[in-house]
Amino acid sequence: MTISRSLTTDRVTVGYEDRVVVEDLTMAIPAGRISVIVGANACGKSTLLRAMARLLAPRSGAVLLDGRSIAEQPTREVAKILGLLPQTPVAPDGIAVADLVARGRYPHRSFLRPWTTADEAAVTEALTMTDVLDLADRPVDELSGGQRQRVWIAMALAQGTDVLLLDEPTTFLDVAHQIEILDLLTDLNRQRGTTIVMVLHDLNLAARYADELFAVQGGRLHSHGAPADVVTAATVREVFGMESRIVVDEVSNTPLVLPIGRHHSSERRLPDQRDV
Amino acid sequence: MTALAAGRSARTRRRILVTAILAALVIALFLLTLVLGNRVYGLPEVLGVIAGQDVSGASFTVGRLRLPRAIIATLIGVALGLAGTLFQTMLRNPLASPDILGVGYGSSAAAIVAIGFFGAQGATVAVVAVVAGMAVALLLYALSWRQGVQGARLVLIGIAIGAVLVAVIQWVLTRIEVYKAAEALRWLSGSLGSALWGDVPPLAISLLVLVPAAAVLARRLGVLQLGDDTAAALGVRPHRTRLLLLVVAVGLVAVATAAAGPVAFVAFLSGPIAGRLLPGTALLLPAALVGAVLVLAADLVGGNLLFTTFPVGVVTGAVGAPYLLWLIARSNRTGGRL
Repeated sequence: MTISRSLTTDRVTVGYEDRVVVEDLTMAIPAGRISVIVGANACGKSTLLRAMARLLAPRSGAVLLDGRSIAEQPTREVAKILGLLPQTPVAPDGIAVADLVARGRYPHRSFLRPWTTADEAAVTEALTMTDVLDLADRPVDELSGGQRQRVWIAMALAQGTDVLLLDEPTTFLDVAHQIEILDLLTDLNRQRGTTIVMVLHDLNLAARYADELFAVQGGRLHSHGAPADVVTAATVREVFGMESRIVVDEVSNTPLVLPIGRHHSSERRLPDQRDV
Repeated sequence: MTALAAGRSARTRRRILVTAILAALVIALFLLTLVLGNRVYGLPEVLGVIAGQDVSGASFTVGRLRLPRAIIATLIGVALGLAGTLFQTMLRNPLASPDILGVGYGSSAAAIVAIGFFGAQGATVAVVAVVAGMAVALLLYALSWRQGVQGARLVLIGIAIGAVLVAVIQWVLTRIEVYKAAEALRWLSGSLGSALWGDVPPLAISLLVLVPAAAVLARRLGVLQLGDDTAAALGVRPHRTRLLLLVVAVGLVAVATAAAGPVAFVAFLSGPIAGRLLPGTALLLPAALVGAVLVLAADLVGGNLLFTTFPVGVVTGAVGAPYLLWLIARSNRTGGRL
């Protein structure tokens, strides 16, 4: 078990140039749990995650890691505690899987301290856990989308942080690979106690995998709590601007959102009157 | 030994092998530069001169003329190879080499103005070229800045700045006296013809500072390659690091340009060639050696093997231009991604 880290935002306002994207937002990430941030497109959820990872400096307010402002801590020290898998990382041409994952050790190394057995062990463990050890010598650009995403997660694992932020880790993956990645992150959380914070698009998968769900709407925190409490027809209407019916997901006993589009409302679902 | 270590040591072996071959090639071409010329000297005589013996005839031709030329060719090759690779890697774009981006043109334009209007020579031209190269690079960086610097925007703005500077060079050439224009043109084509011992110390001392600086920054560069967000998450400040890398890279281009004029396309070609030889590894050292091979080989070909002598920059230009065309043609096929 790792030491539990606290990550909170204290009245954070973040924006690009003249546009405010996240406004006066306060939230506390529960340590050692899986938190998922959901919301409509452009609601500010990715921006919020980037601010938490110190990639964007807040205009006002602060992101606090272990009670201290993240902006005031040395960035290499933060990198030993807090990791991030961005939406579109770039793999250098022709790099081998093992070499890419090894770059995750950067914050633990220095110019005069060469590769150690601790570094080697961390990389091996990361490759094993993400099940890409067999691919270690293959060039990353030859891998499939699902394999590549596991390699990037391995790099983030090699960084050995207690907190891991992920920006839509399942985009571009088919449903089976989405589940595979989310199961892997759950394993990581259960086995290592890593605090996981991710932005997800799919509300139903978010409800399945989250311990704590944060719903963001218009740059503000709409509601948060256990998925069963947060995912209601009213919340879905207010956050996504969509009508829905909520049923129980029989597989995981979590809420399942059934969206109601214009063509599929229950009133029109007569057997002989299909969509024309 | 674990499977992981086995795979890595196989890659390391390949890297050492390729690097050693490149180094051997540099030494061979270096010696060939000393041997070949209007009068061919044997290897024993050449080695005698290097060892400091007095060999009649060879001591002057080899010791005074060919040796500084070979040393300068090697050093500017190293400088340009490193600089080009630093640029291309940190901007993640093979087109983003200093000779395409107008950084070299900045040095050239300033040097031409200094030669043509102020009658500057030698060290003054060198200093002016270095300062102007830095200034153009900073201008380029400032103009490309919009929530950070992105490769494709920087390439386009760099090409535009280069076009303006070429116009400046053309204008100056039409204005200055003929004999100065001839000198300016010789300088502009990238030539080692006038290389003397006096040119060696400033170049060597600059490289003694800049090459270690590049080596120190190499690991950060490797992280920056993974994208700005990943780099920041790993504890590397992308913008600050890029600015440091830019200063080192421009310094390398500028001192090389100051020593021999703009030797076309060496910066542009070295990194991609090294990347072909050693895919997916840190390229700085192999690219530096490839740069030295290119300049030495081009100077040998231009000086000895063709029907008439050509300045080194003409030969590298003739090799580099087709590669640039191929790269642009390929980027058309890949949907215009620069």
